[in-house]
Amino acid sequence: MTSYQLRAWLGERVPVADIVEALRRKRVPEHRYSIWYYFGGMTLFFFIVQVFTGGLLLLYYRPSAGEAYESVQFIMTRVPFGWLIRSIHAWSANVMVATALAHLFSALFLHAYRRPREITWVSGAFLLLLILAFGFTGYLLPWNELSFFATRVGTDMAGTVPGVGHFIVRFMRGGRDVTGATLTRLFGVHVAILPAIATALLGLHLFLVQRHGMSVPPSVWEESRRTGRATASIPFLPDFALRDLFAWTVGLALLAGLAAFYPWELGVKADPFASAPAGIRPEWYFLWAFQTLKYVPASVFGVNGELLVVAALGIGAALMVVLPFVVPDRPHARRVLVWFAAAVLAYMALLTFLALRAQGGGPTP
Amino acid sequence: MASDVFVARLNSGAPGRRGFLNWLLGAWAAGVAGSILYPVIRYLIPPEIPEASTQSVNAGKASALALNSGRIVPFGSVPAILVRTAAGDYRAFSATCTHLACTVQYRPDLEHIWCACHNGHYDLTGRNIAGPPPRPLEAYQVNVANDELIVSKKP
Repeated sequence: MTSYQLRAWLGERVPVADIVEALRRKRVPEHRYSIWYYFGGMTLFFFIVQVFTGGLLLLYYRPSAGEAYESVQFIMTRVPFGWLIRSIHAWSANVMVATALAHLFSALFLHAYRRPREITWVSGAFLLLLILAFGFTGYLLPWNELSFFATRVGTDMAGTVPGVGHFIVRFMRGGRDVTGATLTRLFGVHVAILPAIATALLGLHLFLVQRHGMSVPPSVWEESRRTGRATASIPFLPDFALRDLFAWTVGLALLAGLAAFYPWELGVKADPFASAPAGIRPEWYFLWAFQTLKYVPASVFGVNGELLVVAALGIGAALMVVLPFVVPDRPHARRVLVWFAAAVLAYMALLTFLALRAQGGGPTP
Repeated sequence: MASDVFVARLNSGAPGRRGFLNWLLGAWAAGVAGSILYPVIRYLIPPEIPEASTQSVNAGKASALALNSGRIVPFGSVPAILVRTAAGDYRAFSATCTHLACTVQYRPDLEHIWCACHNGHYDLTGRNIAGPPPRPLEAYQVNVANDELIVSKKP
């Protein structure tokens, strides 16, 4: 069978040609903000890296309080290239949060959430929340001191929700305290439940992106209307796809560099009967929330301080999800949104900076 | 086409019959969904495991604890903090921070109890004196018998 015959045989059974034809016709707008189109693809690349390296880590990892730390130690020290696989998994998780945030904020600032892309935005917002859930559940798996207390704090925050709080805490921990039961539970969530949901949502997200094409920002659209010239565009195949692949290669090189020069640390094994160590803090993307928790007093005008923070986080997440439905598609509303989002970004950046500066023992009262 | 006839009959039939069939279909779907969801949701909620409540523990030798120092001791399944003040008194508290459940520690330089997670401070009676903790630490009773420290819940 020649390759032509094989292609003909396959083409009759699997409609590859239709898909290739559609991709060949697809064009991507080219303008001064085009660089932001690459961050969604970068996030997808890091997600693929996570699935791949995560699958490899599963071959040696043991999800129990007695063996988890030792099995990660085994991966890092005894398994050939184990240090590389784990470091890439940990670094890729971090970089993925960064690219996902860049993707979200660029979609916001370029107003890509507008009709008919509302559901694309909503699925993307849920995907970002899923990425954070992946980060939170994966953080505990090495069962070290830092992750132990981070999980205690993270799950305890839910306890401030009136009425159902204690039930949610018990539900997340698989018991009253953070124990081996919590480890097994978060492991199952991390490697089975979240990936299943993420894959389905990602499928929807990518389908919608293909369906609607890339959004042209209102300012660029307005410009082309004024000048009477159509917005420039490049073919998806091969121009955009090759640039995307180039960005992915840079991403891979970045991961390799980070893993080689800054291998991910394992830390000290978790001990439920040890004090939280001085200088303890979460991953960088939770630092702003962590620093806020430090500043908010026990009670604000008679309301529990933790509850205020938890409520603000919940409202913030909800607003992010429903954003396309609350921002009217008018220039004035768009400007307000841009300033609001810039203020949120500035707040997160400032508190992250303050948290990074306050390293070590923490100030005396 | 038998099915066409059936569909036509269904469509032309009294609304009551179609409504009934739709209701039946809905009830069937709800029944299937319910019989799957109920056990799954119950499965997801961890069973309550009764724990023997600890009333008192032996926390080791009194002479092993230096002046102006503290240590964490297991109080059943939860940590407790044992402090020997600069004046030589023994004090014990629940070591779980009332803010977000980190384990506190004794700071000899501040001569009081401190939580590293969100910079919470407690004095030597367990009272929350600075930072975000909303409540004092639960205080335990400490008795010294033959150089053994016995930490127990207050009656």
